[in-house]
Amino acid sequence: MKALSIRGLRKSFGGLRVTNNLNLDVAVGERRLIIGPNGAGKTTLFNQITGEITPDSGSMMLMGVDMTDVPSRHRPHMGLARTYQIITLFPRDTLLRNVTLSLLGLKRTRWNPFTRLEALDQIIEKATEALDMVGLSDMAHRPLSETSYGERRRVEIAMALAQRPKVLLLDEPYAGLSIDERAGIKSLISSIPRNVSIVMIEHDMDVALDFADRISLVYFGEVIVEGTRAEVVSHPRTKEVYLGE
Amino acid sequence: MWATSYLAMENRKTAEMTFWLLLTVNSITFASLLFLLAAGFSLIFGLMRIPNLMHGSLFMIGGYLGATFLGGMFETISFWVGAAASAIIVAVLGAVLERLLLRRLPGQPLAQVLVTLGISFIVADFCLMVWGGDPLTVPGPESLEGTIAIGPMAFPLYRLAVIAIAAIVAIVLWFLLERTRFGAMIRAGVDDPGMARVVGIRVSLLFTLVFALGAGLAAFAGVMAAPILQVYPGLDQYILPLALVVVILGGSGSLLGAIVGSLVIGFIYNFGQALVPELAYFVLFLPMLLVLLVRPQGLFGRFEI
Amino acid sequence: MNSRTIAISVALVALMSLPYWVDGTYYVNVASQILFMAIFALGLNVIAGYGGLVSLGHAGLFGLAAYTTSYMLQIGYGHSASIVGGLFVGLGSMAIFAMLSLRATGIGFIMITLALGQIIWGLAYRWISITNGDNGISIHGRPAPFGIEIGSAESFYYATLLIFVVSFVAVLVFVNSPLGAALKGTRDQPRRMTALGYNVWMTRFLGCLFSGLLTAISGILYVYYQQFISPQAVDLTASAEVLLMVIAGGAGTLFGPIVGAALVVIVKSVVSGYIERWNMLLGAIFVFIVIFMPDGLVPGIGRIFRKFSVRKRNNQPQTLAVEGRQK
Repeated sequence: MKALSIRGLRKSFGGLRVTNNLNLDVAVGERRLIIGPNGAGKTTLFNQITGEITPDSGSMMLMGVDMTDVPSRHRPHMGLARTYQIITLFPRDTLLRNVTLSLLGLKRTRWNPFTRLEALDQIIEKATEALDMVGLSDMAHRPLSETSYGERRRVEIAMALAQRPKVLLLDEPYAGLSIDERAGIKSLISSIPRNVSIVMIEHDMDVALDFADRISLVYFGEVIVEGTRAEVVSHPRTKEVYLGE
Repeated sequence: MWATSYLAMENRKTAEMTFWLLLTVNSITFASLLFLLAAGFSLIFGLMRIPNLMHGSLFMIGGYLGATFLGGMFETISFWVGAAASAIIVAVLGAVLERLLLRRLPGQPLAQVLVTLGISFIVADFCLMVWGGDPLTVPGPESLEGTIAIGPMAFPLYRLAVIAIAAIVAIVLWFLLERTRFGAMIRAGVDDPGMARVVGIRVSLLFTLVFALGAGLAAFAGVMAAPILQVYPGLDQYILPLALVVVILGGSGSLLGAIVGSLVIGFIYNFGQALVPELAYFVLFLPMLLVLLVRPQGLFGRFEI
Repeated sequence: MNSRTIAISVALVALMSLPYWVDGTYYVNVASQILFMAIFALGLNVIAGYGGLVSLGHAGLFGLAAYTTSYMLQIGYGHSASIVGGLFVGLGSMAIFAMLSLRATGIGFIMITLALGQIIWGLAYRWISITNGDNGISIHGRPAPFGIEIGSAESFYYATLLIFVVSFVAVLVFVNSPLGAALKGTRDQPRRMTALGYNVWMTRFLGCLFSGLLTAISGILYVYYQQFISPQAVDLTASAEVLLMVIAGGAGTLFGPIVGAALVVIVKSVVSGYIERWNMLLGAIFVFIVIFMPDGLVPGIGRIFRKFSVRKRNNQPQTLAVEGRQK
């Protein structure tokens, strides 16, 4: 069983083919890096995996379960979590509230109109733990708007991990971070246990290269090179794509 | 005896046919007025992404201005000059309102919509203050008085003229949008406002001009409508939802959508009025329902509302 | 006992003793009006302030409940049946409204609710055989819950106050609940909420139902207060007024709609004595508030209070968040 298995994915917008017969297999526990020039269709790929965009054709399986026709709001319940290039959290809410919302998303109690949210001790406790794991529990009651970008990225990852996903998609997690912040995020990501399979899109190859078990190079909506770091770096097509630009 | 009953039957058939034909002509006339109103609304909505809730009041004040120019003071003014004057005054008013008020809230469509709503109340009450509470009748142009005989039936000349004028305006607008640089800029702005700015299109100036154009069209529609609907307080609230439904149905930012939407609504509303007068407004509910359930961006919409 | 609890207690005492310290029936009636309009505004605020779904057709729903109750009374049903009928129709139409309006987001929602509200107004105006058109429907008398007559201004005031307090508590509970938090989340980041596993549509729909219930309650109170309903209560101006109450007071806050309702009702009563141009004033206030004070009064006053209590560095999670503006 693969953590993520994509076959023959195709998507066009008008006349523009953004995903072109894309195939991808990610093993359970693997760390996969997706690279490729701008506009290659990497984020669009993520958007189709999470279901925000419906592919024209092809199939997707998550932990052996077909999710091609599953509505996007159900996929987190299947074990899929994601972070975004641009951080879109809840700036007027505290860090604790942000993480709590994430935990609630998978629970029945999100429909409850009666009980005070703050009184749901179990959830509040778990949220505090999640913040603790990313080293932000002392800021639990600070509004998100009063935190730095690096701290917000950590909150976002905490929120994703709080849902105990099986597959985590990280979309350019290092974008917009300072050198120190990058080091922090890097160590955070490498501390994620291996029962979570991770697929990361990243531009900055230096930072990401020692993260990956395998790398997939996406160009014009399809995977043209795939393999270990050494294999990809030395592949002629890789040089073509990156130097030919 | 057979001859008289045959004649009676023929007369009834002719009477019925006349009824349906007149109803059809009236529907197309009403659709033409709606088009004049909805075209401007759709342009503004398409470009600026705000439904201009003062469009109804601009229509109304256009009608009132028309009544003033053509009724009392300036009796010798030609209908068309009066209509043009009204349109120009309201176009300027629109431009001023856009620059003074809407410009203060860039990128906040909700706030802009609420401002247009507030202004619509101010304009409506202003009209009440100036022109009073009684409905005003506006005479149509003398040259178009009376009826024209087509076959065995007589059609009111003015209503046919309204249809012709709306068709001309539609063609002019089409030409403007498809064949001029100004139109290309509008279309670019409708399709991708961010990109349009990047490419160097003076989007803020475009906004003012399009808003003025829309306002002028609305006022022109108001004057054209005045001989048929009269002008009275509450006309704005009566006509605005019709324009809204036309755009919801036909799709935003699309000229073809405005045409088709106006025709559909014109027919449904007129036939509804004639056949089920108590539920006339309510029958509009049905095409709206259908469109929203099946195709939320409208028949020809460029974007989802 | 913090300052907020004290303030609320004082307010409650003042409200409960109101008929004794205001001068005359007129003011008691104004107070009743403020209270049921506050319920109406609280109802709109649930979706407009907390859900980010601005409706310009809420007077239509208000009217549907009011007309249903009036019509049922007129054709001979008793008070209980008429009230239940009004609530049922109000809630049912809100469900239909929501299913249509939620097909669009943001601005589209406003357009559709406006059109729907006007269609209902058109019904009220034209369907003369049922609604009596412009002449409206008059009703006589008020219900006597548990045998207590509420015909007088004071007794009606107390009945309204009771219903108001219950409604307010319901909104308070809802806003602080998980569903309330989810609704606020869908206002701020609908895309992210879906990615977190929430059903954004259903969350909004449930919020709409709650809003519809409060709206129906206020509509029925209105009709029993006025003993009359006409299309005027259902038109665009009425929808704009209740929206103004929400915005002027502070959308997305608990007390904002109450303050807004008081403001609009008082200004309207005072002003209509002097000038006939209420609509123009309403429009001008609208424009002013939207441009210069978009957050409304309550957050503004809150800011002033916080400046004066610098010592209390209270990092309480904000459940009374400031207005969620549409993106």
